[in-house]
Amino acid sequence: MKRLLTALAVSALAAPAFADPNPDDWNSVLTEADGQTVYWNAWGGSTATNDFIRWAGDQISERYGVTLEHVKLSDTADAVSRVLAEKTAGKDEGGAVDLIWINGANFAAMKDAGLLYGPWAQSLPNWDLVDVEGKPAVTSDFTVPTDGLESPWAMAQVVFYYDTARLPAPPKSMSELMEWSANNPGRFTFPQPPDFLGTTFLKQALYGLVTDPAVLQGPADAADYNATTEPLWAYLADLTPQLWRSGRAYPQTGPRQIQLMADGEIDLAISFSPGEASTAIANGELPDTVRTFVMDGGTIGNASFVAIPYNASAKAGAMVLADFLLSPQAQARAQDPNVLGYGTVLAMDKLLPEDRVRFDALELGIATLSPAELGNALPEPHPSWMTRIEEDWTARFGVAQ
Amino acid sequence: MRLAPALTLLLLIGPVLAGLIGTIAPALGYFPAIGGTTLSLDALRALFDWPGVFAAARLSVSTGVVATLLSLLITALILAGWSGTRAFRWIERALSPLLSVPHAAAAFGIAFLIAPSGWIARAFSPWLTGWTRPPDLLILQDPWGIAMTLALITKEVPFLLLMSIAALPQAQPRRSLTIAQSLGYSRVTGWLKAVFPRIYAQIRLPVYAVLAYSMSVVDVAIILGPNTPPTLAVQIVRWMGDPDLTMRYIAGAGAMLQLCLVIATLLMWRGAESVVAKLGCHWAERGGRGKWDAILKWFALLLAVTTVAAVLLGLAGLAVWSVAGFWSFPNTLPDTLSLRTWMRHGASLWDPTFETLLIAGASTLIALALTLACLEAEFRFGFKKGRGGMWLLYLPLLIPQIAFLPGLQTLALMAGADMGRGVVIFGHVVFVLPYVMLSLSDPYESWDRRHATVAAALGARANRIFWTVRMPMLLAPVLTAAAVGFAVSVGQYLPTLLIGAGRVQTLTTEAVALASGGDRRIIGVYALAQTGVVFLSFAAAIALPRIVWLNRRALREA
Repeated sequence: MKRLLTALAVSALAAPAFADPNPDDWNSVLTEADGQTVYWNAWGGSTATNDFIRWAGDQISERYGVTLEHVKLSDTADAVSRVLAEKTAGKDEGGAVDLIWINGANFAAMKDAGLLYGPWAQSLPNWDLVDVEGKPAVTSDFTVPTDGLESPWAMAQVVFYYDTARLPAPPKSMSELMEWSANNPGRFTFPQPPDFLGTTFLKQALYGLVTDPAVLQGPADAADYNATTEPLWAYLADLTPQLWRSGRAYPQTGPRQIQLMADGEIDLAISFSPGEASTAIANGELPDTVRTFVMDGGTIGNASFVAIPYNASAKAGAMVLADFLLSPQAQARAQDPNVLGYGTVLAMDKLLPEDRVRFDALELGIATLSPAELGNALPEPHPSWMTRIEEDWTARFGVAQ
Repeated sequence: MRLAPALTLLLLIGPVLAGLIGTIAPALGYFPAIGGTTLSLDALRALFDWPGVFAAARLSVSTGVVATLLSLLITALILAGWSGTRAFRWIERALSPLLSVPHAAAAFGIAFLIAPSGWIARAFSPWLTGWTRPPDLLILQDPWGIAMTLALITKEVPFLLLMSIAALPQAQPRRSLTIAQSLGYSRVTGWLKAVFPRIYAQIRLPVYAVLAYSMSVVDVAIILGPNTPPTLAVQIVRWMGDPDLTMRYIAGAGAMLQLCLVIATLLMWRGAESVVAKLGCHWAERGGRGKWDAILKWFALLLAVTTVAAVLLGLAGLAVWSVAGFWSFPNTLPDTLSLRTWMRHGASLWDPTFETLLIAGASTLIALALTLACLEAEFRFGFKKGRGGMWLLYLPLLIPQIAFLPGLQTLALMAGADMGRGVVIFGHVVFVLPYVMLSLSDPYESWDRRHATVAAALGARANRIFWTVRMPMLLAPVLTAAAVGFAVSVGQYLPTLLIGAGRVQTLTTEAVALASGGDRRIIGVYALAQTGVVFLSFAAAIALPRIVWLNRRALREA
């Protein structure tokens, strides 16, 4: 079947679609985009993100005459399903999805099945400002090469947040976490895998427990999977009974942990956005005694991307939007903790002085770490690790009531 | 009119068949878009290799059956103890609005009520319990699905009660009860023995619908149900949403299993009916006049009050959350109040509200027109739906939506008709129509034909009988059916999302997307908006007949 998928992918890439815009001729893209409506399928679970997308819509409408409609998803997979359904029905143009907020396994699956349009991302005018050298995650999505099929727009890194009023000194390594949990049972949990953040916790724990992290960069089949993950399962076997609800129930999404923290049910939680806690404090969702930290030895980081389906209706408009998201103005706004608190993908030394000022003027949120405190992000393991760890976790802990 | 039954069945069967094929094909390994072109049983094998499959299937059956059984029992006891009394008016008035609360909203409300950090715990902390932090108790998402079952009951009791109330006038309960009581039967026993069998015969189809729905419900199960493993329906949704596209095969196999489970359970229920009927006959023939009457009667009232209280307090909790700033445990009220959430989301409520009203209104009207045309055609031309027809009518309610909709979506895409509001309305009709038909067909068929005979003897033609005799007399069940249909349409999430390609945004699609963030403030705003829309339709369904029938005492009897 793999061969068939590859064949499909190749045919999708090779098919000459004469109506498609040429990203190397940016002026023609702008001309074509004028008057288009772009349906951006993006997770709608966060008010802060929704407000930011609305702002981006106002901006591109004013500047380029492109109308943005935010299709609020509860799960990115809904958009993937939609494109898949269109392909099933043979609807190879005029699709409903113009742009998807995507990364990781969803990207790998769409790329594999030839559901993406491109390459286009590295032809965007603002691509020159992207920190390709300093942030390898912008061209390597969970180790899968982006090949210009998706354009980065935000950096994310794992942080843990905790309430200083209840937990003065948080555990800074996996062994400290175990010790603290044993003394304070029921005060820590993580979103239930296969939720991506829950799986990220498992991968973070694996990083803390594995002897040679380098094997994680290759496919799991190429390494000794059982021997590599053995310490993780032993660790989880000890940790799980000490979790919130003794590991018999888990929060279903990352943001649910915010409510649990506010209710005082848990003292420590994992997040994939360094600014999430500050934004939640500003919104009255968390007490102002909450702070964040990263584990000793670093935490996993990755990038968020936007991708265009192969059959999108407004490809030119979608590219204009993707390019706008890379503009210093949009990037600085996204990094403002009062707006989103997302890390920028741009390289400061590539910016004009007046653009750099936008970033320098930003104040970090009350609970947000500085780039120096965040340290260098660990690269995401190859997607095959994620898939196998998810499956194993489910078999061992996920259905064992 | 002669064509109405055929047209209706086509409207239902077409999408359902497409949905079924879309379900079965991947289960058997056929899914060309992702490279599956040969038939195999690998997906079924993989399904049974999944370690949680039996626990998940058992959970679906147990929660569905228990929720249906208890809902029916509570409904029967409330009716037996109180129907026809002044207190019953109050119970009816208090319970009916609950029907307008969307399942997800009710579940969120109840979750906040009973969680260890919820409103009940807060009310008694720390002065009574000593808790300054919530206890680590497994109340929500318990492995037996108790919290989820309770939430389902609070939603199904009002539904069954309203269906029963609509059926009451045809069952003539007052006469039977008067005779039973004159023979010395106590009220509850007399009602259960003399009236209930007739009511059950009329609400049998709604009961089946409740059973099928409870077994395959997704939203309530996600909010309150267990996750280690979840119910089968939830797990199917997870597989469908898995980034690994080959999981669609196992999702299809899961959907087939879900379908078989629902059918098997319905058959078992049907078998149990005759056993209960036999036992009931023995019970009636023994002639006991009833000893526990008073206790049962007050117990029924207590259950009714608890049901109302659970949903209303839950909603009140969400209302308070919608104006809350920070709100810490164990404070019973928010630490700070703020209109921020409403100001942020208030303005963006209008467009989805308008879309919701338009889609629900249109799909309900279409469904109602088709239903009435079908029923009238049966009446005039003696068409019989028969057993097969009923099953076909049932298909949209029996097949888990998540399994049936991708097929429907593909059909719409192939027809080149997608993305628009019109197709979404058509998609909603598929789900609204069966509920309208189920709600209306029994009261419609139990209508006393002698009225028509008399009218015909006085020279009225069929159409005139329909508009001037039958419609006015059946106004209450017709409006009830319309309100139920409206509520069903408002609550549709997956059809709107899948058929509308995400481009048609209703209150429900917005609510589900925003709720995935878990912020109780936003959930509060959207839950109230959703509830408000449906509430108005039910208020109309209850108020209008009372106004129109001011001078028709016999029709107000129930």
